[in-house]
Amino acid sequence: MSRAFPILVVLLASLALWYAAAIGLNAPWQRDVYGRAGLKDVPFGQFVADTWNQDKPVMPTPHQVAAEVWKATMLVAPNKPRSLLFHAWVTFSATALGFGLGSLLGIGLAILIVHNEAMNRSLMPWIVASQTIPILALAPLIVVIGFNIFTGTLGIPTDPARLMSKAIISAYLSFFPVAVGMVKGLRSPEPIQLDLLHTYNARPWQVFWKLRWPSSVPFLFASLKVGVVASLVGAIVGELPTGAVAGLGARLLAGSYYSQTTQIWAALAVASILAALLVAAVGLVEKLVNRAMGARPA
Amino acid sequence: MSVVSAEHLSLTFKTNDGDVLALSDVTLDIEKGEFVSFIGPSGCGKTTFLRTIADLEQPSSGTLRVNGQTPEAARKARAYGYVFQAPALYPWRSIEKNVALPLEIMGYPAAEQAERIARTLDLVNLSGFEKKFPWQLSGGMQQRASIARALAFDADLLLMDEPFGALDEIVRDHLNSELLKLWATTGKTICFVTHSIPEAVYLSTRIVVMSPRPGRVADIIESKLPRDRPLDIRESPQFLEIAARVREGLRAGHSYDEEAV
Repeated sequence: MSRAFPILVVLLASLALWYAAAIGLNAPWQRDVYGRAGLKDVPFGQFVADTWNQDKPVMPTPHQVAAEVWKATMLVAPNKPRSLLFHAWVTFSATALGFGLGSLLGIGLAILIVHNEAMNRSLMPWIVASQTIPILALAPLIVVIGFNIFTGTLGIPTDPARLMSKAIISAYLSFFPVAVGMVKGLRSPEPIQLDLLHTYNARPWQVFWKLRWPSSVPFLFASLKVGVVASLVGAIVGELPTGAVAGLGARLLAGSYYSQTTQIWAALAVASILAALLVAAVGLVEKLVNRAMGARPA
Repeated sequence: MSVVSAEHLSLTFKTNDGDVLALSDVTLDIEKGEFVSFIGPSGCGKTTFLRTIADLEQPSSGTLRVNGQTPEAARKARAYGYVFQAPALYPWRSIEKNVALPLEIMGYPAAEQAERIARTLDLVNLSGFEKKFPWQLSGGMQQRASIARALAFDADLLLMDEPFGALDEIVRDHLNSELLKLWATTGKTICFVTHSIPEAVYLSTRIVVMSPRPGRVADIIESKLPRDRPLDIRESPQFLEIAARVREGLRAGHSYDEEAV
């Protein structure tokens, strides 16, 4: 209760603000409608109710978005392109694949950087530079080039090729937090812990597996939580520019083409639920790993 | 053959403020089975000397032999166990797994690991705590676990760097008498760094008094106390006499410090 209460207060405040904003933003169109129908002196209560229930509102209200999400997830078969579950699954597949690839890449780079001074000096600036390029500018290039290589040179069918091109963007965004976090994590053992292994004449791989790797676990999970959300953003961005027909990004784009604002907001809502579930999943794995590593219960 | 043999050993640290002479012309022989304490104010090089024996620091000049070998060769032969100021237990390992760490690295078979863990944990009175994690143990018990870890493999030399410095006096007294028992049963050679005069006198067969800037040996005091030492030996005239001499040696080193300033 004590934890739920503050969350509830913020939620109610946000909803109130949302409904208030919807009145203002939808008012011009509503006045237009009244003007064309020749209606005058509409009671304020009626006016507010009408702004909250337009067909194509500038600002859809929470209950409209909730109804749209309900309709598009529960009332449509999940294998139909009109189902948001179908689109969420398409986006999730690319996110998961890209997250896996990006995390492995990030961990691998961190291992190289920590163990080799030349790598540290040469790789780290490029890793940072890679993230200064706006992903919106890069995504179409990667998707188009990747798709052509996968389908043309490698002869992969179009659906897996699309998935892999999007996963590359996810990996591109998620390897960065993992690499940076893991460099810090693998360097986190205290000098005294390293000295101890030195007195045992431990080999470098023993230092890695018995000290550096377990020391880096808290950093790894912090990075993975950032990385998994970045992966989702990458997958959605990868669906925007390519005329993709499936995925939450494609759904967002289609909604904006046809001024289906409620559809856009519903896709956004599903995307944020997906993000929350992904972070929660990483958090669950973290909890299990911590328990196995004997961490003091928080 | 001496276990540790230092001749004109010097060590200079290069820092941004210029060179610091941490050890200056230290000559010392430590025989098998001795318990040698190194005592002195901070900056006197006692820890540096211990770390040099352990091949954790490199001497600038002079020679140092451990079991007749270079420190590096001795380290690679796993000639010594090192107990640090902090327990340095790995928090993700249970107590038995922490003691197993050197055994895993040195490649002992599983059955022998289990046998050695049981034996050394018994030696430091930690039987029954095998499955606990470090945070579940008190500071004194953690340090005992780290001593068990240093005893788990067959090194005849035990290097201890202020192992009880962070513990309260009651726990420290208790661990001191346990350490003496351990020394009697194992027959190991022990080098023990401390800044406590009673601790040094109570434990040692020989006390090396060191003084700072530059770190050097100010005095070496042989203890004629019997090997079997109950805690109340610290009230005996013999004990107090040795303690007085240690204190005098420390004071001499300190006045040098004041002249230099």
